Amino acid sequence: MSRISHTFEKLSARGEKALVAFLSAGDPDRERSMAAIRALVEGGADVLELGVPFSDPTADGPVIQRASQRALSAGMTLPGVLSMAGEIRAEFPDLPVVIFSYYNPILSMDGRFHAEAVAAGADGLLVVDLPVEESDELTGSWDEGLDFIRLVAPTTPKERMKAICEKASGFVYLVSMTGVTGSEGLKQEVAATCARAVKSVTGLPLCVGFGVSTPEQAGLLSRAADGVVVGSAFCKMLEQGAAPDELRDFAASLKQGMKESGK
Amino acid sequence: MNVGDLSRMPDARGHFGPYGGRYVAETLMPALLELDEAYATVREDGQFQQALKDLFSSYSGRPTPLFFAGRLTEKAGGAKIYLKREDLAHTGAHKINNTLGQALLARWMGKNKLIAETGAGQHGVATATAAALFGMECKIFMGTEDVRRQAPNVSRMELLGAQVVPVDAGSSTLKDAMNEAMRYWVGAVEDTYYVIGSVAGPHPYPQMVRDFQRVIGDEAREQILAAEGRLPDLLVACVGGGSNAMGLFYPFVNDGVAMVGVEAGGMGVSTGKHAATLGAGSVGVLHGSKSYVLQDEHGQIKEAHSISAGLDYPGVGPEHSLFKDLGVAAYVSVTDDEALDAFHALARAEGILPAMESSHALAQAMKEAANRPKEQVILVNLSGRGDKDLSIVMENRKGIVP
Repeated sequence: MSRISHTFEKLSARGEKALVAFLSAGDPDRERSMAAIRALVEGGADVLELGVPFSDPTADGPVIQRASQRALSAGMTLPGVLSMAGEIRAEFPDLPVVIFSYYNPILSMDGRFHAEAVAAGADGLLVVDLPVEESDELTGSWDEGLDFIRLVAPTTPKERMKAICEKASGFVYLVSMTGVTGSEGLKQEVAATCARAVKSVTGLPLCVGFGVSTPEQAGLLSRAADGVVVGSAFCKMLEQGAAPDELRDFAASLKQGMKESGK
Repeated sequence: MNVGDLSRMPDARGHFGPYGGRYVAETLMPALLELDEAYATVREDGQFQQALKDLFSSYSGRPTPLFFAGRLTEKAGGAKIYLKREDLAHTGAHKINNTLGQALLARWMGKNKLIAETGAGQHGVATATAAALFGMECKIFMGTEDVRRQAPNVSRMELLGAQVVPVDAGSSTLKDAMNEAMRYWVGAVEDTYYVIGSVAGPHPYPQMVRDFQRVIGDEAREQILAAEGRLPDLLVACVGGGSNAMGLFYPFVNDGVAMVGVEAGGMGVSTGKHAATLGAGSVGVLHGSKSYVLQDEHGQIKEAHSISAGLDYPGVGPEHSLFKDLGVAAYVSVTDDEALDAFHALARAEGILPAMESSHALAQAMKEAANRPKEQVILVNLSGRGDKDLSIVMENRKGIVP
């Protein structure tokens, strides 16, 4: 069983929901990014999404755009992200690590991505701009070792949801709203309705993300899902120079929000 | 590579051989599938096609003339140079062919809000024009660098009732405008139609834009046959995203006519400051399709450079990538300085101020003409007029003209 599946089973047995934490890897530089990751795990993050910074992030709002830019300016690359994943694996043997990327950096590795990601100890891959129609060219030759996390959006019709979920592994990522990352105006009811629709077509764990920035939101969303993804809110704190302790405490408050909501 | 009949490209999923496709966020996929279906329907719909044809003739002034540039031919000293006068189409460039088509499609789909990216501003103006004509809301994304260097077009868009959204990110040019338009579309996809201006982007845009632009080549083919009694020896067009070039080339694709696409060489390809995507790029995914792109070894997109805002783009339409690989067309580049020289040459020889984009094609055509006998015929797509470029040309005048 993959580390991702194992984590969701363990949480489910405890009646807990997963806090999935996203950071743009290498923001503002490798060392501080590693410190931020340690703080988030200490605060209770159950799954880590390591964002691969990209020059043209068309699905991201201004916060993650700037985070990517800072990481790129500090010299981060996809091989650099995999090397960070290796370091994280050594420190946190049980923590699922998902590489979150646009397709072009992966394409530029010329088929070497799968082997190098597995060797680094990564558990999954999510490619924002690789829909189910095009993904065979990447995953077609994959064997075991890496879960392929797929996105479902509020605009996705049910038949299509089914087709996507059939090809997914690890967990399914529901985009909570029609918009880029970090958008405002999250509507819990809409997201919850979508979440129920996804749950009706798959047995995989479901995580909801985009626009979640408070413990209350995380709590409410977690009722309809198995986990909640928070990204822009962490990136914003880093941008404002937050210390690792603050990140840890904020992660803990999100986790607490989810626990209380589940009671 | 055996890809079969080129005129039947792309396949059902929008692939031109290994290129094209749909590399976008899931949020946009349902809209693209809906668009694909709608476009497939109107493509075969006689009424739709007739309505577009009527607009072409009664509104945008088609057919545009094919002009024998006698004095320019003399100056170049070789093959005959003909100009396909897309600069005379309404709004001053070929872009209107595509925006009328897409706005008509948007109306057919019941969408009343248009968005578009623009570089030189010609596509923005053409989209704003179509929006005004159909009574639609319109938002144009434009890099702040381009807002500066193409100021007259910003005013034109605003006068046409469009909202111009300046984009201050990256190089603040066309690539960044397209990023921002896609982000906006992700959030507004349910009621907004995205009018992509080139043969780039996810399927069905490369096919659809080509189909709307092929009127250039269809007319030119007929016109050159009438003028010369035969097909030309060479077609020349500039390539940024590549819509005017594809519009000219596509109807000749089974004729065996030589074709040259001219990319922006900027300050010279060896300086790294250029937009020669096909000449110096490698295969990647940008803005929804697989094609050649300018990128570093880790797949980060590089900033392009060109004096021409319309060519200042690190990507290119996927069908051009296939044409390059198959040798259907050759792709070369022309520097900023060479394009400026060609601008002045055409102005003085024929009384036509060409767009900086089209000046790249002219520069190459003059080189080609000089090396060919007088019996040969070169057909150049004069894709737009140069009024928008006056400030750039004057800034770079450097004593070329007394």
